Amino acid sequence: MLELKGIDKRFGRVHANDCVDLVVGAGELHGLLGENGAGKSTLMKILSGFVRPDAGEILLRGATLNLRTPADGLAAGVGLLHQDPLVLLPLTVLDNFLAGAPGGLLLDRRAGRRALADESRRLGFEFDPDELVRELSVGERQQLEIARLLWLGARVLILDEPTTAISDPQRDRLFDTLRTLAESGMSVIFVSHKLEEVQDLCSRVTVLREGAVVGTRDLPAPTDELVSLMFGRTVESGSRHNETLGSHSHLVIGGLRAREGNLEVADFSLTLRQGEVVGLAGLEGSGQRTVLRAIAGLQRSHSIRLELGGRELSRAPYRARRAAGVEYLPGERLDEGLIRGLTVEEHVVLTRQESRFFIDWNAAREVSEERIAAFNVKGRPESMPEALSGGNQQRTLLALLPDSLALLLMEHPTRGLDIESAEWVWSQLLARRAGGTAVIFASSDLEELRRYADRILVFFSGRVVAELDARAGQTENLGDLIAGVGAT
Amino acid sequence: MTGRILESLPRGRVTALWPVLAALIITAGLFAAAGANPIEAYRLLIDGSIGSPGKFSDTTIVWVPLALAGASLVVTFAAGLWNIGVEGQIVMGAIGASWAAITFSGPGVLVMALGIVSGLVAGALWGGLAGVLKTRGGVHEIFGGLGLDFVAAGLAIYLIIGPWKRDGIASTSGTAPFREEIWFHTIGDTRLTPLAIALAVVGVVGVYILMRGTMFGLRLRAVGRGRDSAARLGVPIERHILAAFLVGGALAGVAGTVQALAFHHKLVPSISGGYGFLGILIVLLAAFRASWVAPIAFFFAAVGVGATQLELRLDLDSSVGGVFTALLVLLVVLAGGWQARRRRSGEA
Repeated sequence: MLELKGIDKRFGRVHANDCVDLVVGAGELHGLLGENGAGKSTLMKILSGFVRPDAGEILLRGATLNLRTPADGLAAGVGLLHQDPLVLLPLTVLDNFLAGAPGGLLLDRRAGRRALADESRRLGFEFDPDELVRELSVGERQQLEIARLLWLGARVLILDEPTTAISDPQRDRLFDTLRTLAESGMSVIFVSHKLEEVQDLCSRVTVLREGAVVGTRDLPAPTDELVSLMFGRTVESGSRHNETLGSHSHLVIGGLRAREGNLEVADFSLTLRQGEVVGLAGLEGSGQRTVLRAIAGLQRSHSIRLELGGRELSRAPYRARRAAGVEYLPGERLDEGLIRGLTVEEHVVLTRQESRFFIDWNAAREVSEERIAAFNVKGRPESMPEALSGGNQQRTLLALLPDSLALLLMEHPTRGLDIESAEWVWSQLLARRAGGTAVIFASSDLEELRRYADRILVFFSGRVVAELDARAGQTENLGDLIAGVGAT
Repeated sequence: MTGRILESLPRGRVTALWPVLAALIITAGLFAAAGANPIEAYRLLIDGSIGSPGKFSDTTIVWVPLALAGASLVVTFAAGLWNIGVEGQIVMGAIGASWAAITFSGPGVLVMALGIVSGLVAGALWGGLAGVLKTRGGVHEIFGGLGLDFVAAGLAIYLIIGPWKRDGIASTSGTAPFREEIWFHTIGDTRLTPLAIALAVVGVVGVYILMRGTMFGLRLRAVGRGRDSAARLGVPIERHILAAFLVGGALAGVAGTVQALAFHHKLVPSISGGYGFLGILIVLLAAFRASWVAPIAFFFAAVGVGATQLELRLDLDSSVGGVFTALLVLLVVLAGGWQARRRRSGEA
């Protein structure tokens, strides 16, 4: 039996795991459910020795484990299967199988070959030991990794979002294997944000939200109940009020196609009027970010039509679109938004003095101070963005926007912000829309979507599976739609 | 990658003091272990580099290419590039300058001017090639630069024993000396070379202004510090990477020109003198700031020149000077690493 007691972990300002308790019995298939960023991955990395907790205890069959490295985790019998198995692509199946094996300098390949054959037979897998892992599908790599972890003595198997990149038959195969392993007495922890899979496979589920356990249920359990656990209680969206929108279509997107990693967005179309706000909903990585970046021109894409204010921009590069009044504010405010090590003032220069050769530092200082005051940034012109809080980074990003904008694309406008900053950010965005700027934002905050979007597009696996009219309040089943209920 | 290294460098001046002291003490230990009196050794180092007008002028002519290489690397490092190819760019600069010196027969001053221009252009083109390999060919600048270093060194040797060989005998000791009218003028019988010093000053001050006062310099830093964010802010990334290589290469090319026209007065193999790699150490020590490059380069030049006295007077190998400077850089970088580690663990 595996027991986690009071696991606590902070990364800087982020409380990734907030005093988490979890019990998984032998032979149990336990689901760990939560939105992206809920703290699932951190918890599993702690459990497998990749990350050390700030506080808390891990007990396996009553004995406390002290895990410093993944090797410790495995030695204690805890094996983690990563979402994208961490295999050595240029090596053979056998080499990968043997890579983590304990022992001396000399490899006993013959014994290893036998062990691989034994494990494969037991699990019903088929491998050619001499094939390069590069040639294997992701599903086969997972099988290899499972065989390896079991051979190395794993008694607890953790699978982190294992179904993201594999086909349906491969998934069924994986689930069969997991059921067999559980029957033989292993504890299996299945980490996912896909409700239906957890319902299908697991016997119990623990739901995490914002780093903390919000509930544990025996399965099957009502889907509504799990959805509300995952996304939080639905708050009455009383405070929305509908603005009058412009009468002409302002932005027309037709047949946009883009591909990012395994995700393919096909045939995305959208028409917006001036001052309209559209929210993109969906689990993280369902295509919202790809669409935003494709519209901005930062992501390679193809569209039949992309017209803004009557100007055709489908072939225009990012900087031409920017010149036409398109701005993109990313969710990763420090990695894609602001530049570490450059002061706020230098950011102002980069955005305000684009056509100069020599920098006018006096003018830059003046503008910086004026903007910092106007946008209430708690910082100085010489502050570096990495020293600012998330809210002040977002204020800085907004302060750097040009005065006139045709289209604002925004990812997670208020993620990680306190209520006051969040309210303030939206007051800015609403002022922009009142001035005719169209806004498209992606968010995983249901309340934010309901309250501020005129329309909500729900993404699932790269496709828009629903379009909701938020002005008319048709958003009750938003959580279900996001979780993919009824959309697979 | 570079970003993390930039972060791990020491921030304040105070912390730079400890590594200097430590390097002095460790090197003193080395002197003592070799049977020399450390105080005497340090006295000779100072005496042998700045102790007399003659020695001082020797130091300045070493300072010039070091300062130019340092300035060159400030530009490429600002853009987040590890321009290991700086050695090859110096060699190509020397080849470019030698080409003009050997080919043209006009008035000395004119040929000299042509030599400076062709050295600058050759260095810039060689740098640009590393840039094209990176932006278009996906070749990391470290590997591209390293490869181009060898190609440039090979080209120099080929020219020396092939097309540009001395009359009669081909020798790897170098081409025949250039005409004396093409040599940079020196003052009296010292090696004080006003034109070379002027080139270095222009290079270093130019880079200082570029980095402090121009949009170009700021954009380079933006590209170096956060490529994705810089692209989002509308900075053309590829163009700035290429430009950094061109400007850096041009400065390295001038360093090579000085080596050819002011120091050796001919093309010799390994004409770069390793100054490109030393330049990397200088820039690490200067924490990538142009304002510190000139004094630190002077210090390196002085240690290098002074160390020859150790060999003459104390029978110590002159490479002790290199050990001292390298030790210093290691300790400074180490101090920066510790500091960054403390900061990180303080945050976590």
